[in-house]
Amino acid sequence: MAGKPKLHYFNGRGRMESIRWLLASAGVEFEEKFINTPEDLDKLKNDGSLMFQQVPMVEIDGMKLVQTRAILNYIATKYNLYGKDIKERALIDMYTEGIVDLNEMIMVLPLCPPDQKDAKITLIRERTTDRYLPVFEKVLKSHGQDYLVGNKLSRADIHLVELLYYVEELDSSLLANFPLLKALKTRVSNLPTVKKFLQPGSPRKPPLDEKSLEQAKKIFRIN
Amino acid sequence: MAGKPKLHYFNGRGRMESIRWLLAAAGVEVRRTVNNPTFLCTFKGGTLMYEQVPMVEIDGMNLVETRAILRYLAAKYNLYGRNIQEQAWIDMYVEGLKDLSDMIMFFPLSLPGEKEMNLEYILERATTKFFPVYEKVSDKFYHGQDFLVGNRLSWADIQLLEVILMAEECKPSVLTGFPLLQEFKARISYIPTIQKFLQPGSQRKPPLDESSIESVKNIFKFERGMFLKNMSTIVAEY
Repeated sequence: MAGKPKLHYFNGRGRMESIRWLLASAGVEFEEKFINTPEDLDKLKNDGSLMFQQVPMVEIDGMKLVQTRAILNYIATKYNLYGKDIKERALIDMYTEGIVDLNEMIMVLPLCPPDQKDAKITLIRERTTDRYLPVFEKVLKSHGQDYLVGNKLSRADIHLVELLYYVEELDSSLLANFPLLKALKTRVSNLPTVKKFLQPGSPRKPPLDEKSLEQAKKIFRIN
Repeated sequence: MAGKPKLHYFNGRGRMESIRWLLAAAGVEVRRTVNNPTFLCTFKGGTLMYEQVPMVEIDGMNLVETRAILRYLAAKYNLYGRNIQEQAWIDMYVEGLKDLSDMIMFFPLSLPGEKEMNLEYILERATTKFFPVYEKVSDKFYHGQDFLVGNRLSWADIQLLEVILMAEECKPSVLTGFPLLQEFKARISYIPTIQKFLQPGSQRKPPLDESSIESVKNIFKFERGMFLKNMSTIVAEY
């Protein structure tokens, strides 16, 4: 019964990438079954594996978990990355939700119509430097500790570092005024499990290129 | 320090309503807060982490982000299951419902020409994608279970009731074909704390009416009519 978790998604970042990051950072090995065609997705839907007919889906501990947040919550709880009590969990949740909001904006950018893209990128930059990153920089400054919550690595740190990599991909100068975040990024990246995940050959997925975007649109029937 | 939680939002349902439901079901009294557009200016750079509401003052914290608030309350008031597996089931059920409830929540803000189309879409999703899942889960009831998870009241039951009632406001007969959900609705509505919440004079807010829509649009600066375009939740601009 206990075996490696099995991830069902297309071969790209999307909504599964934070799950890959969290499992990898927790040192958990996992398998991936890629959805390569619309028919692959139909098959999952038809055999009743997807509660709401959607992926991501993760087979773990005898369950077929769906809904990204439900999956992340389960993994974080199971591997002690969710704080030590409900108040720490509240802080982690607040930080995580902000991170997810910004991450989502960046994630859907490739789907943006070309004539709106510039405006969207401007908005993302503004949100990054004015709304979101200042919050996390301030948290680290306020307690001077190595991690966001409870002086211990939690999912919030992992989600944030993942986000910082995407911000950097967009424009590395966006991180210029956030020395503590840069330090956190370095510190977390040097943890053995994370370091391994950042190396070539790991399950980490590259940014979406034209070809993968077309394939994803086909699989998920997005026009 | 311990006192009644204080809710910061505008005087309408929006994203605060699920929080009101959960607090009411848990039998927790709240301090009423009625807000107007100017309050947001005084809050900027202050107690709103991302300059957004809902915000709930509770146990010495200023909690923001709807899900963070709901999870804290669910855990605090024992509505989040007894173990990690039950928590996972509850999470899946509530996250699934959120997609539907967001669609219904933003429906009053549709462009006039799109209203009928959006309503049809919402009802189609409700009856083909969402309600069948919960009707099927309710099958367990024949084996003596009255609730969605762990044979006791949880956040998932409260959320499902809220969404059922929202869907019925769109179309009263929407539960036709879902006999178990009809029984579920009756059963959960009769829980004393919930029954009290469903009565006039409670914290429960009415649906958005024409006059409120304009003020909501002004407070939150919504982009009009875009909510169903990408089938994803819209983000309110401040």
